Formats: sequence, C-alpha cells, structure tokens
Amino acid sequence: MSDSENQVTKDRGEYWRANLRIIGGCLVVWAVVGLGLGVLLADWLNNFSIGGYPLGFWVAQQGSIYTFLVIIFFYAWRMNKLDREYDVYED
Amino acid sequence: MEGSQQILNLTVVGLTFALYIGIAIWARTGSTSEFYVAGKGINPVANGMATAADWMSAASFISMAGLIAFLGFTGGAFLMGWTGGYVLMALLLAPYLRKFGKFTVPEFIGDRFYSKTARVIAVICLLAISITYVIGQMRGVGIAFSNILEVDLTVGLISGMFVVFLYAVFGGMKGITYTQIAQYCVMIFAYTVPAVFIAIAITGVPIPQIGLGSTLVGSDTYLLEALDQTLVDLGFTAYSATEGGMNMLNMFLLTASLMIGTAGLPHVIIRFFTVPRIRDARKSAGWSLVFIAILYTTAPAVGAMAMWNLIDTVVTDRHNIGQEESHLAYDEMPAWMERWSETGLLAFEDKNNDGRIQYYNDANEEFAQMAEEEWGWEGSELTTLDRDIIVLANPEIAGLPTWVIALVAAGGIAAALSTAAGLLLAISSAISHDLLKGVFKPDISEKNEMLAARISMAVAIIFAGYLGLNPPGFAAEVVALAFGLAAASLFPVLMMGIFYRKMNREGAIAGMLAGLIVTLGYVFTYKGFLFFPQLALLPDTAEYWLFGINPGSFGVIGACANAIVAFSVAKMTAPPPAEIQKLVESVRVPRAD
Repeated sequence: MSDSENQVTKDRGEYWRANLRIIGGCLVVWAVVGLGLGVLLADWLNNFSIGGYPLGFWVAQQGSIYTFLVIIFFYAWRMNKLDREYDVYED
Repeated sequence: MEGSQQILNLTVVGLTFALYIGIAIWARTGSTSEFYVAGKGINPVANGMATAADWMSAASFISMAGLIAFLGFTGGAFLMGWTGGYVLMALLLAPYLRKFGKFTVPEFIGDRFYSKTARVIAVICLLAISITYVIGQMRGVGIAFSNILEVDLTVGLISGMFVVFLYAVFGGMKGITYTQIAQYCVMIFAYTVPAVFIAIAITGVPIPQIGLGSTLVGSDTYLLEALDQTLVDLGFTAYSATEGGMNMLNMFLLTASLMIGTAGLPHVIIRFFTVPRIRDARKSAGWSLVFIAILYTTAPAVGAMAMWNLIDTVVTDRHNIGQEESHLAYDEMPAWMERWSETGLLAFEDKNNDGRIQYYNDANEEFAQMAEEEWGWEGSELTTLDRDIIVLANPEIAGLPTWVIALVAAGGIAAALSTAAGLLLAISSAISHDLLKGVFKPDISEKNEMLAARISMAVAIIFAGYLGLNPPGFAAEVVALAFGLAAASLFPVLMMGIFYRKMNREGAIAGMLAGLIVTLGYVFTYKGFLFFPQLALLPDTAEYWLFGINPGSFGVIGACANAIVAFSVAKMTAPPPAEIQKLVESVRVPRAD
C-alpha cells in the first residue's frame, strides 16, 4: 500500500471516530432529556414550574420534542462541518 | 347531522380527492427508480413534509389527543416515543442507508449480510409490520367516511381504496410523495385551526402550546392547576402528576420501545432513500420532525383543553363539588353532548335520580364511599366516554363554523390515506423487488418488475380494504405489536450492519429470529397465540407480567435480545468476507469514490 493510500485509510478512521464521538454526545443528551428528565426524574422536576406548566410535565409533553429537533439539526450541521474538515463533502 | 353540513363535508372531501388525483396524473412515473424512490430527486424539506404525512396516521390525528387526555402525564410516553425515534433515525440509519443506495430495507439487509435467507426474513418482518398497520388505516378511512359523511362504511372504504389506487399505483413513490405533501397541508390545517380557537376560548392565548401553560380567561389560576385540582376533587389523580396512568417502569420501557420501533419502521426508513444527497438525508429527518412536532406539540394542548372543556361543562361550580347545584342538570345539557350521546360514544345514566350529572372516579373506593355517604352519589353518571370524541367533537364544543367541521373530516381522511399509501408502497416493493426480482426471478426486465409492483400494490389495496371491512378483533393490539416487532427485529440488525463491521450473516439471522421469537413469545403468552385469547398461557394483568412489564412495552427487551444474540453468534462464526467489510467502510463516508 502506498503512503497516500495509507493516509486516506488513516483519515477515514479518524473521520469515523470523530463521527462516533458526535453521535455519542447527541445520544447522551437524547437519553437524558427523553428518558431521564421526561420519565425517571419527572416527579422531582414537577416541584418546579415553567409558566403554568409543572416542569416534569412540560419536558414530557413539550420540551423533549423541541430538544429532539435541536439534536437532529445540530448533528446535521456538525457533520457537514466534519465532512469538509476531512474532505469527504459531497459536491 | 343537518343536510347542509353533510353537503359541505362531501364538497370539501371531494375537492381534496380531486386535488390528490390531479397531482397523481401530473407525477406519473416511468422507471423503477422513480417508482420506488422517486428517482432520488426529492428536496429534503418537501421530503420531510411527505414523511410527516406518511408517519402521522389516522391514529395520530384522531386518537392521540384523546389518549393523552385520559392518561395525563404518562401520555408523554407516546409523544416522546414517536418523536424521539427520529433522532435514532437521523443519527444511526438515514445517512448510511442513503449512501448504500438501494430501493428497500430487505435489499440492504440481503446485500450487507450476503444472504438471501436474511433478505427473506427481513421481508417477512416487513410484511408483518406493514400489513398490521395498514388494516388500521383502511378502517380509519371507513370510519371517518361513515361517521362524518353519513354514507355506508363500505361505500366510504371503497371510494378511499379507489383514490389510493389511482395515485399510488400509477404514481409510485413520486406520486405518493407529492400527494402526501398536499395531504400534510390539509391535515395540519384541520388539526391546528380548532386547537387555536379552543386555546383562545379557554386561555385567551392563540398558540395552543403556550395556552396550555397559561391562566384561564378572567382568572389568575393556571389551566393545568385548575384541571389538576378539579380532577383530584372528583377522586381522580391529578392530570400533570406522575402517578396516574401507567407506572414509571412501563412508561420508561414503552417510551424506549416506541423510539426504537419508530426508527425500525420500513415505510418510514425508505423515505430517506428518496433524497438526492447524504447530507440531505441527515437534514430531511430533522424536517420530518419539524412537521410532525407541529401536530405533536399541539396534541397535548388539545387533549388537556378538551378534558377541561368536558369537566367545566359537567361541573358548573368546581369550587363546591359537594353541592347539588354544582353539577350540570340533564335538561341543561349543551347541544353537542346530546348529539354525541346519539352516536353511543357518549352516554349518561341518572343513577341517583336527582336530574343532575355527577361525573367522578367511582373506581376510587375510598372516594366513592365518601361521595355516597356525604352527597348521595350512586356511581359516575357519565357511563361511556369514547376517547375519539376529543378531536372529532372539538370544533362543535368550541362552537366553530361548519366549514371547520368539514375540514376536520377531510383532515382525518388525509391522515389515513397518506399513511396507507406509504405502507402499500413498502409492501409492494418488498414483494416485487425483494421476493420476485431478488430471490425468485432475478432476470426479470425493468418493465415487468414495474408491472409486478403495480399488480402487487393493487392486490395489497384490495386485501387491506377487505381486512378494513372485516377487521380481525385484535386490530388495535396488533399496532402495538407492529412497533414491538420493528424494534426487536429490524432496527438492531440495520444498526449493527453499519456500526459493527464484523457483524456477519449468521449473527444477523440469529439476531432477527431471536428478537422476533422473544417478542412474539412474550406477547402471545398474555394475548394468546395469534391473538386468540383462549390460547393465552397467563392472564394479561400486571401481577402475572414478568417483572411487571406490559406486553405492549416489551419491544425494547426484544431489541436487546436481538443485539446480544447477534453479537455472540458473530463472535463464534467466521467474519464477513473482505469485500463486505470494505462495503461497510465505504457506507460510512459520504463522498463516493
């Protein structure tokens, strides 16, 4: 294998590991907000409120959905940036 | 219903049908690529809108708000489950499956795991999931027609089948996608207009999502606070409290199962094969969720406000529950209540003969006993209260003009038709592309494959229509099972196919089978083999459930079983051939080379 091919393989490996780190981070937020705050900690969060919403109830029926939206668009934006950094961006 | 309302309903629904057929004629297809994946030329925002219509079924449109109204806080499991799945889809599946560049989900599984057996198992899972789902949609079309247009169920269903036939069979994915965009607009308009008017009437705030957290008109009490207190005064659990509905364990598992199941639904996954580029696939999942979220964040407001409307109508003075005059007299019942009690979806019985309606939780023994001794109540007098009323009767409750009622009819039908069309395409492509071309007759010409796809779609429409007219008694339970199966069979294998390079044929097949068997086994233990209740091994109640897990929440456990078995088997057998490992590497990178 030539040096340039080696370099491409190495870059691809790094690109994939960077992608996995971003996915991991996003999924932690996804699980903490959806399953953590929206379900497991909702009872405790209901001690606080946001407007007329008890906070746990708000997360379960409104806030989690907004968070999911932010996660997906953040991931799309971050990956486009990563694609350019590693020169694998589609034309 | 008055004659003029019926004519208006028919006109509005007829106009929307003409629109769908017009789009179909304009977008008819000529090639297999256009038929299966719309030639991969759909803009991500347009695709997101079509996916939203595809995803949101008659159940989302008609039943979800009612479900939430009666579950309160724990109804959030459905909201989070059905939206959170899009995160998994966007991060773990969509871009890679789009890069792989095939037409169907079983095709990916067959190629990635170099096995026709794996492909056939995936087809079986796909058919089990999609067919159970489509029965409910055709039923929804029939019910929406017969209830609102007052035509015979059969007439309604057959006209619905005819419209789907026209635009799905001739237009394929291209025709379906453009029609779904129109259907989304009809659906979301029909859902939000009544919600806005109701939010204004109750809270004075025109945005339902904010209105739900606002104070009641002419008072400084918050809507949710008043609702919680009144429900507690009537012996129910508070609406926003976590202890009503299901318990925390089942809410957790149900949320997780619905999330994973959503990401494993083949008819939703194929939507991401239709966009031009990988980066469009990432974004398109986000746009889908934007359009879904408009309805899904409105639904909790619709549910809670409808519950409030109902209670506020029945309880005339919520501060003095114990007094006789605080409850609605039968002869003062509003017109909408009388009309809906004619349908049998709402029923009253004056149990203590006092001429007033007492609605309370008579299953709460302590409260019921106290109410009987102190106030002479002899059981809750609202004896039937169907959940589906919540959305259907909403415009009437809020006193909205007749054209809004017609619009809700058209919206419900649009929701059912768009989902049915998407499912029928997934079914027909699995048969013509995966079974016929992929396994039995690989040398079939493109023209004949298209013909086969159209014939199988026509057969699927007739089959689904027949089942819609003669539904198996278990239709509602099977929908929960469809999600369980999607979570337990397809999702883990798709994900491992991308993220675990050494996942091999043996592992994938064993994993899919393990997920299927564990999930089906658990569900059938309580619901009966093939849903014949007399064949159940154990009673379907919490005390007999394994660790108290509801069969409807079991999908996530099946998914874990799938992953563990697949991983163990892959470790013990030969790794996949070098060219497959290379294929996986190439799927992980957007640019083709």
